[in-house]
Amino acid sequence: MGVVRFTLWLILLIPQLSFANSSLNMRVGVTDISENVYQLHMIIFMICCVIGIIVFGLMFWAIFHHRKSKGVKPAQFHESTKIEILWTAIPFVILIGMAVPATKALIAMEDTSKADLTIKVTGSQWKWHYEYLTYQGKKGDVDFYSIMSTSQDQITNKEGKGEHYLLEVDKPLVIPTDKKVRFLITSDDVIHSWWVPDFAVKKDANPGFINEAWARVNTPGTYRGQCAELCGKDHGFMPVVVVAKKPTEFDAWLIESQKEKQNEAQADQALLSQTLSKEELMTLGQQVYMSSCAACHQPTGLGIPGVFPALKSSPIALGDVNAHIDMVLHGTPGTAMQAFAKQLTLKQLAAIVTYERNAWDNNMGDVVQPSQIKARIGGDE
Amino acid sequence: MNSITQDNESTQEQLDQIKTQEGVSITDHDDTHTEHHHGPEKGIKRWLYTTNHKDIGSMYLVFSLVMFLIGGSMAMVIRAELFQPGLQLVDPHFFNQMTTVHGLIMVFGAVMPAFVGLANWMVPLMIGAPDMALPRMNNWSFWILPFAFAILLGSLFMEGGGPAFGWTFYAPLSTTYSNDNTALFVFAIHIMGMSSIMGAINVIVTIVNMRAPGMTWMKLPLFVWTWLITAFLLIAVMPVLAGTVTMVLTDKYFGTSFFNAMGGGDPVMFQHIFWFFGHPEVYIMILPAFGIVSSIIPAFSRKKLFGYASMVYATASIAFLSFIVWAHHMFTTGMPLAGELFFMYTTMLISVPTGVKVFNWVATMWRGSLSFEVPMLFAIAFVVLFTIGGFSGLMLAITPADFQYHDTYFVVAHFHYVLVTGAIFSIMAGVYYWLPKWTGNMFDIALAKWHFWLSLVSVNVLFFPMHFVGLAGMPRRIPDYALQFADFNAIISIGGFAFGLSQLLFVVVVYKCIKGGDKVPAKVWDAAEGLEWEVDSPAPYHTFETPPKIKN
Amino acid sequence: MTSQGKLIRNLAFACIGMFAFAFALVPLYDVFCDITGLNGKPSLEQAKVSETIDTSRIVDVGFITHIQNKAPFKVSADQAVISVQPGAMSKVVFKAKNISSENRMMQAVPSISPGLAAKYMHKIECFCFNQQALAAGEEADLALMFYIDTALPIEIEELTLSYTVFDITQSGQMGSSQGASK
Repeated sequence: MGVVRFTLWLILLIPQLSFANSSLNMRVGVTDISENVYQLHMIIFMICCVIGIIVFGLMFWAIFHHRKSKGVKPAQFHESTKIEILWTAIPFVILIGMAVPATKALIAMEDTSKADLTIKVTGSQWKWHYEYLTYQGKKGDVDFYSIMSTSQDQITNKEGKGEHYLLEVDKPLVIPTDKKVRFLITSDDVIHSWWVPDFAVKKDANPGFINEAWARVNTPGTYRGQCAELCGKDHGFMPVVVVAKKPTEFDAWLIESQKEKQNEAQADQALLSQTLSKEELMTLGQQVYMSSCAACHQPTGLGIPGVFPALKSSPIALGDVNAHIDMVLHGTPGTAMQAFAKQLTLKQLAAIVTYERNAWDNNMGDVVQPSQIKARIGGDE
Repeated sequence: MNSITQDNESTQEQLDQIKTQEGVSITDHDDTHTEHHHGPEKGIKRWLYTTNHKDIGSMYLVFSLVMFLIGGSMAMVIRAELFQPGLQLVDPHFFNQMTTVHGLIMVFGAVMPAFVGLANWMVPLMIGAPDMALPRMNNWSFWILPFAFAILLGSLFMEGGGPAFGWTFYAPLSTTYSNDNTALFVFAIHIMGMSSIMGAINVIVTIVNMRAPGMTWMKLPLFVWTWLITAFLLIAVMPVLAGTVTMVLTDKYFGTSFFNAMGGGDPVMFQHIFWFFGHPEVYIMILPAFGIVSSIIPAFSRKKLFGYASMVYATASIAFLSFIVWAHHMFTTGMPLAGELFFMYTTMLISVPTGVKVFNWVATMWRGSLSFEVPMLFAIAFVVLFTIGGFSGLMLAITPADFQYHDTYFVVAHFHYVLVTGAIFSIMAGVYYWLPKWTGNMFDIALAKWHFWLSLVSVNVLFFPMHFVGLAGMPRRIPDYALQFADFNAIISIGGFAFGLSQLLFVVVVYKCIKGGDKVPAKVWDAAEGLEWEVDSPAPYHTFETPPKIKN
Repeated sequence: MTSQGKLIRNLAFACIGMFAFAFALVPLYDVFCDITGLNGKPSLEQAKVSETIDTSRIVDVGFITHIQNKAPFKVSADQAVISVQPGAMSKVVFKAKNISSENRMMQAVPSISPGLAAKYMHKIECFCFNQQALAAGEEADLALMFYIDTALPIEIEELTLSYTVFDITQSGQMGSSQGASK
């Protein structure tokens, strides 16, 4: 009987062992640390299984053999100092056996060498911002927001779901392989947690404080994770996507991105002298509204009563246009209303304000131009 | 004090001594004398004004069952939304309210009141006391609870909804970034805390002062021991929770900056203070369960509990260790290496006394003469499934691996194994064990077995796959998930609905048993030991007005 | 008082004591953090000048500023990273600008990573000691003078000082946050 049960257990457990990187087990990942963590996880898991088999085995033995229905008379023993000391001491020894590899792994996580690339990761409701601070001693000079790109239609089941449903972003974080990348993690509002399972990196983003994590990726590829700390309504919709490229490809990407940033600045400059049509602004405005505003204010502009104010017929959208622009640019301190001045381009900002003043029967008829936005932001640069 | 707590020879003299020493209950005892032959008052007044430990125990238990069903229906909403990827039924904001309020209701409304109810019913019966030491306070501590939960549940209907920041209410999500429902949440928690503290004081005073002569410390049933230790934990940490919510309140409304970096505070400090309460709270919800199971297993093994003394010491050391492990809930907040190591080691250490308990239960069953009545079935399921929860707890203690497990469904699986198949199963075991004593009727055994087997299967379909989706990377508290988690979530939801429906059977069994059934003798289970089996079934309204003689 | 009365009184005192203890945890936590570097919060006290310089090693100190979302300021260090010898005094200038059209009060809150390094960062002069008033559109040079303690653990070769900049105009002073979202 005992043998049969033992084999049954093994059959149950062995598939488990081979399910690394499937949807059943922890991911081995692509860094030395993540492999280390995976090994540790499996060791502890196996130890628990063995203890479980022994303890439950004994218990089920008793359940099958020491039954009243079989006419068994109960034994009278009810204590044994020897045995009790033994089963206090043995687990203690097993625990020490577990603590040794765990301590080693933890110390290995403390890499003291200097980083090749330092990236500042900032969480805010509900997106990530990445800023390349220094790369091999030089200023990185690239920064961007990374927002989930899965459409509302997919989420509300109006459209089929894509392969990377909820785990895709407009601009992924790009890092080089085989280099030590240091992440300095902080937050703009509530606590978030930056998690990439394949790197075994999960660190909380605490507002006002800075946290540190690092990864040295061995294999190029795209790695997906999510925010892991409840951060409000759209906590489930702020994925992390990291693309690891070979160092040469990464260098090219970085130079390209730096150029792009300059071009954008120039394009903004050029925009100032243009007058955009209402149609163009409304179309763009609707797009940007859906990705940046609709999460709170809802696609209908009605908001969620008591939580997020309505924009339809709101005093701001129907009031002074400059006050409306200021609200979008600077947000409201102490609420979920963010300052969008740094997050969006002048054109997008102009489009959004135009859209909000004309959609949902607000019909103010205003057309806001990028130059007006620029004037409200202030004169520098 | 010692003259009373230690053995005393003259029994009647001691009872008189207790009566005269205790100002509050003198009048009460007089009342009960006049009432004695008439039984309880009729109608609603009986329940509103009662100071009888059995009435109050029953009210706690019924209240807890109602809360269990309300909290459970919220879990059904959660599982229905998670049945398929995409948003089908509720919006994410409401989903967050559901997870938050589900947690609060189950912890403070279902599990804790159920244990207090069992303590009210059983502690005086087990130690041979006529009632709880402070019967008036007992009445208050129950009757403020419905108000607390009315406030909490009422806030769901406010504009903007109820609390949506998780039952752990981490700042600043619960301060700067929350609605005005935070104020209601704080008041509700304050009231629940007061209720728990009063209940705990009552239990301690009862156990210390009102044991029957000859009921020495090392003769106390384990349920009484575990509850005594639990009561001390409650007194140590519920005020800390009260302090924490007070700080949240002042941060939000009165301009303090305990948790706000702008004013020199630190949001991580919130987590330290919260978990200083939160971890002992976990043991508050499991220690009485140990006591219940330690009563049931010997009864149906027809053998004395193995290692009584080590059980007591194990319970005490778990309670002690629970104060120095809190930061294992927050390894990802960024801690120096030394801190991570310290909290990893202390957490692992807890598995030693917990292991001792499991080994003792198995040793009690070993070479016993086992029979499998419904309470025993739940108790055995408790031992196995709680141990599985213990294993995943040990895995979570390993800091490097915790970075991967933290805030995923692996954690959800872990704490549901220890709280549902741990705490809740033990409560059900206890209810089935003592229900015939309370009502004088045997419950419908066939139906109860259906309840057990359906619960056992569905609870594992519900929670076991959560380990897998958690390991594969599904964060907790999300209303929608990536496609690779879809199959398992569908299975989990089906298990959830099945488990939810199975509990309706429990309601039927309890209701039928209260209404009628086969009459049972004083000693309901042939091998059960303890003073509670020496009073009639159903237990008379007043018991042990003359202290019983304790056999040696 | 009877023994039962005493017990009840003691338990009640224990409750009150534990309630007070929850608040006592706040200063205890700060002390604990100072000792262990738990949260990377450096001292806001002016330090004494160092007497020795450790010329045997060089530590990289990075500076980042984080403008809390709604604050209308621009603040940046003139150097992103400097290499210093422990004990040697360094000066970094932060350019701050109020980009709004109103007078504003600014408060910078420092945080250091790794947290363990926090107690080895000594500031002689820092704009984070005080609130800074900036008139509409005003630009200011804010100085930070600091040195790294020679006792800095040898394995720390790189540390980052982050300033989170808050707009505290409305609250007027430190120690105030805003109310609920309306």
